[in-house]
Amino acid sequence: MIVAIASGKGGTGKTTLATSMALAVGELQFLDCDVEEPNAYHFLKPVLKGTNSVRAFIPVLNPNLCSQCRKCVQFCQYNALALVKGRVIIFPELCHSCGGCKILCPTGAIREGEREIGTIQIGTAMEGIEFIDGALNIGNPSSVPIIRKMKGLIDEDRRVIIDSSPGTSCAMVESVSEVDYCILVTEPTPFGLNDLRIAVETLKMLQVPFGVVINRDGIGDERVEEYCKEEKIEVLLKIPDSREIAEAYSKGIPFVEVLPEWRGKLQALYEHIEGAVE
Amino acid sequence: MKIAITSSGKDLNSTVDPRFGRCSYFIIVDADSMEFKSVDNPAVTASGGAGIQAAQMIADEGVEAVITGNVGPNAIRTLSIAGIEVYSGARGTIEDTIKLFKEGELTKADSATVNSHAGISERDNTRRRW
Repeated sequence: MIVAIASGKGGTGKTTLATSMALAVGELQFLDCDVEEPNAYHFLKPVLKGTNSVRAFIPVLNPNLCSQCRKCVQFCQYNALALVKGRVIIFPELCHSCGGCKILCPTGAIREGEREIGTIQIGTAMEGIEFIDGALNIGNPSSVPIIRKMKGLIDEDRRVIIDSSPGTSCAMVESVSEVDYCILVTEPTPFGLNDLRIAVETLKMLQVPFGVVINRDGIGDERVEEYCKEEKIEVLLKIPDSREIAEAYSKGIPFVEVLPEWRGKLQALYEHIEGAVE
Repeated sequence: MKIAITSSGKDLNSTVDPRFGRCSYFIIVDADSMEFKSVDNPAVTASGGAGIQAAQMIADEGVEAVITGNVGPNAIRTLSIAGIEVYSGARGTIEDTIKLFKEGELTKADSATVNSHAGISERDNTRRRW
């Protein structure tokens, strides 16, 4: 079973929950898909086996075949192509690697080139965890090809936890698409609720089953819980606002190591989700 | 000579918009006859590459020079390939700016005056937004 951990708002505790849950469950694949800011390795401290380059499509132009029809320029939503003085210029750093320009080119003037956009690291961590994380190279616009490649490494017969990036942009959509279940971590504040609503709408469109974990319970107000009740969204777990958890986080220590009583709770949560998915 | 000036409004009394790619309007003016028109900048809402999209539009308009406050690296590359001269550091009204241009008082920019994305921050156009 593949469980993704996402949130609307950033900083609600995705990695806090994902890493502690991974250690509590053990013997699973852990994917840190927050490739713009991977940080799960601080907590799981994997022994890395190697780094693999991720390469993505960029258009390469043969000016002799180009008829200056402008189709590629008009198609590109990211302004990675321009046509001035009868010449197509390409800005590879703006290209999102969709390949549309190549498909549309009527004269075959665009061929497939590639460039490195990031890396994937694979290693092993405590409790039999297979650790996989990705890192987007600085200056690249899209983390999607890296996340897609990471998800290609998933062994569907195993238990899998995916730590997603925050928000509901392409990176989050790619991370949570086609998983068996998504846990949305939120905090009980107006910001947490606002972004939770957006994440809920996204998951409904993606038809991914989901539930909510309220982190830092005790701060803010009751509106997140009221919202979940109205929308019939299961509140899977509440993690209290705790100085001990925050201190452990600041030192890169998963909170199950300082509060071992959470080991059982997080294990039970994963198993509860397994039951719900079946 | 046909020139494009980045503008915050649609007439010659408007002030120069210091941003190139994210400017509100372009005033396209014939510096000799002072005949002008305003054009909406299609790149205002671009998710990225606004400077390129704006430069493409300006090039399609057939202008020979651009006057603005600051210009980023992708815009300047596109404009220079298009053979369009770029004058930066402009401020004040469009009318005064045209006068200064005719008197040769404006500075030509041969390279970018700001980093990419500088125009996204409205508060400070010389710094990147985080």
